[in-house]
Amino acid sequence: MFNIERWEEIFDTIRKNKLRTFLTGLSVASGIFILVILLGFNSGISNGVRSQFEQDATNQIYVRTGVTSKGYKGLNPGRRIQLYNEDFESFNKKYEDEIEYKTSLYSIWGGQVVYKNQTGNYRVQGANPDVQFIENASMTSGRFINVSDIKESNKVAVIGYKVQTELFKKENPIGKKISIFGINFKVIGVFSDPGGERENSRVFIPISTTQKAFNGGNRVRALSYTFNMSENLDEAVATSFAFSENLENDIRTKYAIAPDDRGAVRVQNTLEEAKKIYSLINTIRGVFWFVGLGTIIAGVVGVGNIMLIVVKERTKEIGIRKALGAEPLSIIMMILQEAVFITTISGLIGLIFGLSLLEIVSPMVDSDYIKFPSVDFNTAVITLLVLILAGAISGFIPAHRASKVLPIEALRDE
Amino acid sequence: MIEIKDLHKSYQMGSNSLHVLKGINFSVKEGELVSIMGSSGSGKSTFLNILGMLDEADKGAYFLDNIPIKDLNEKIAARYRNKFLGFIFQSFNLITYKNAIDNVAMPLYYQGIKRRERTEKALHYLEKVGLADWATHLPNELSGGQKQRVAIARALASEPKVLLADEPTGALDTKTSYEVMELIQGINDEGKTILIVTHEEDIAHMTKRIVNLKDGVIIDDTIVEQVRATANV
Repeated sequence: MFNIERWEEIFDTIRKNKLRTFLTGLSVASGIFILVILLGFNSGISNGVRSQFEQDATNQIYVRTGVTSKGYKGLNPGRRIQLYNEDFESFNKKYEDEIEYKTSLYSIWGGQVVYKNQTGNYRVQGANPDVQFIENASMTSGRFINVSDIKESNKVAVIGYKVQTELFKKENPIGKKISIFGINFKVIGVFSDPGGERENSRVFIPISTTQKAFNGGNRVRALSYTFNMSENLDEAVATSFAFSENLENDIRTKYAIAPDDRGAVRVQNTLEEAKKIYSLINTIRGVFWFVGLGTIIAGVVGVGNIMLIVVKERTKEIGIRKALGAEPLSIIMMILQEAVFITTISGLIGLIFGLSLLEIVSPMVDSDYIKFPSVDFNTAVITLLVLILAGAISGFIPAHRASKVLPIEALRDE
Repeated sequence: MIEIKDLHKSYQMGSNSLHVLKGINFSVKEGELVSIMGSSGSGKSTFLNILGMLDEADKGAYFLDNIPIKDLNEKIAARYRNKFLGFIFQSFNLITYKNAIDNVAMPLYYQGIKRRERTEKALHYLEKVGLADWATHLPNELSGGQKQRVAIARALASEPKVLLADEPTGALDTKTSYEVMELIQGINDEGKTILIVTHEEDIAHMTKRIVNLKDGVIIDDTIVEQVRATANV
C-alpha cells in the first residue's frame, strides 16, 4: 500500500486523466457534502428541540386529584378526592430511593398581590423548597424557601422576575412586604424560570404557611416529583412509568377509586412527552442518515461505474502492462488504489466544504427548532472511514476485472 | 536459448476442436535472428504467443535458457516475461498518455527499479534507437517509425534474453520498415537473440534463418544469406 513507486504511477495516471478524475471525484465530494450538511442540520434540530424541552426537568411527575365519576365499592360517584400532608409524607418514605426532588403544592387561584399601590394577579403556590429544582428555577437575587421556613411557617415569598418588574419596577424587592389576599409576606428572593413569561409570573410561599393562612388545614392540591434519571433513556422511562403507576395505584387503593376512573386521580409523566420527542429526534436522525448514506452509495456506485469504464478503456494498456511483466496483484492494486485515493481525497474535500459551511452558517442559525447545526468529530471520522471503505468496495470489482484481462485479447490488433 | 519439443495446441471452437499446432520441434541458439513465416491460419501467431508465455501449450516441452516453461501461474508468467522477453508489436502498443521515456521505463518499473535509475536507463535505450531528443514527446506526436523505435527501446530496456517481434514492420511503409530492420539487425549484431514473425519476404530475408509454418507444422527451416537493411535504403 505504501509503495512510493506505485503512488507515483497512480499520480501520473490521475494527472494525465484530469477530466475523468474530476468527474469521479465530484460525485463523491457532493455525496459527502450533502451528508455532512444533513447531519449538521440533524444535530441542529435535536439541539433546538432539546432546548425547547429543557425548560422543565424532563422527568417530572405531577399528581392531581379530582372528583370521582364512577361508583366503586359501594361508594357513590361525585366524591371529591383529597390528598393530605400524610399522603405526601408516606409516599416520600415509600419511594425514598427513587425520588430525587419532591414537593406538595397548594395553589391559590386568582391571588391578588399588592405592593404599595401596585397590584397584580399572579399564581400563588404553597410549596416545599424542592420546587425550585423541579421547576428548574434559578435565583436572580436573594434565596429560595428553605426547610426552616416550612417548619416555622414563615410568611415569606419568592417571586418570579416578571412579578418583580411589574410590582417593584426598579426597586430592590428583597425584604419588602407584599400582601397576598390581605396577608403580608416578606419577599426573600427573585427567581427566573427558563419556561417563559407565564412561569415567571408566579409567587412561591411555604406550603405550611399557605395551609395555615388560607384555611388549607393539612390538605394538599397536588404533588410533584422528579426522580433519579438513569443514563439510558429506555431504562429511565421504564422506572419512571413504574413509579408513576405505583403511585397512582396507591392513591386508588387508599381512596377506593375505580381503576378506570380517569378524572379522580391523574398522574402526569412528562417523560412520556420527552420520550416522544426523543423518538422523533431519533427518527429524524435515522432519516437523515438514510438519505445521506443513500447519497454516498449513489456516489460510490458512480465511482465503481466510472472505474469499470476506465478498466474497459484501459484494457489495452493493462494488456501492455501485463505483457511487460505486470503481475495481476499489481494491476489490482493500481486500480484499487486509484479508486480509494480518488474517493478519499474528493470525500475529504466534500467533508471540508461541508464542515466549513456549517461552521460559517451555524452561529447564524438559532431559531426555535434549529439551533447551532454542527457535526461532531467522531461523526466526521466515521464518515471518512465509511468513505474509504466505500472507495475500496467500489474499486474492487473493476480491479478484479482488470486483473483478468488477457494480454493476447487486449493486444489483438483491431 | 530456446528449445521446443513436440509442441501441440488446439482451441475448442464450440463442439469441434481446432488443432492449431501439430507437433513443433524448434530450437534457437543464442545470437540468432530468426524469422517465422506463414500465411494466416498457419499457427504462427499462436506459436509466438506460446513463446511469449501469453498462452500455454497443451502438450510438449518448452525450455527458455534451460528453464522449463510450464504450468505457470499468472504471477510467475508475468515475472518470466519481464525477465526473459521483450515484445515488439505491429501496432506498437505504447501507452498513449505516457511520453516516450516513461513508456521505455515501464518494464523497469515492474522490475522494481527506482525512478532515477529507470529514467537513466530508459534514456540510454532511447539514445540507442536515436530518439533521445524525443524523450518527452507523447506517442501521438511521433511518426510510425519513431513509435516502433520507442517500442524497440522499451523491449530492450528490461535487458531480456530474447526479443519477440510480431510483424514489427506491418504498419510501416517500406522505407521506414527498412530503417526499423536496420535497427533490429544492429541489435542482433550486438548478440541479442531475436525472433520475428512476418509475412513479408524481403523482411524475412533480412534475418539469418527463415522458418516456414504451414497448417501447424514447420515445413521448412533454412539458414539464409542475410540481406543488410542499409543496402535497400
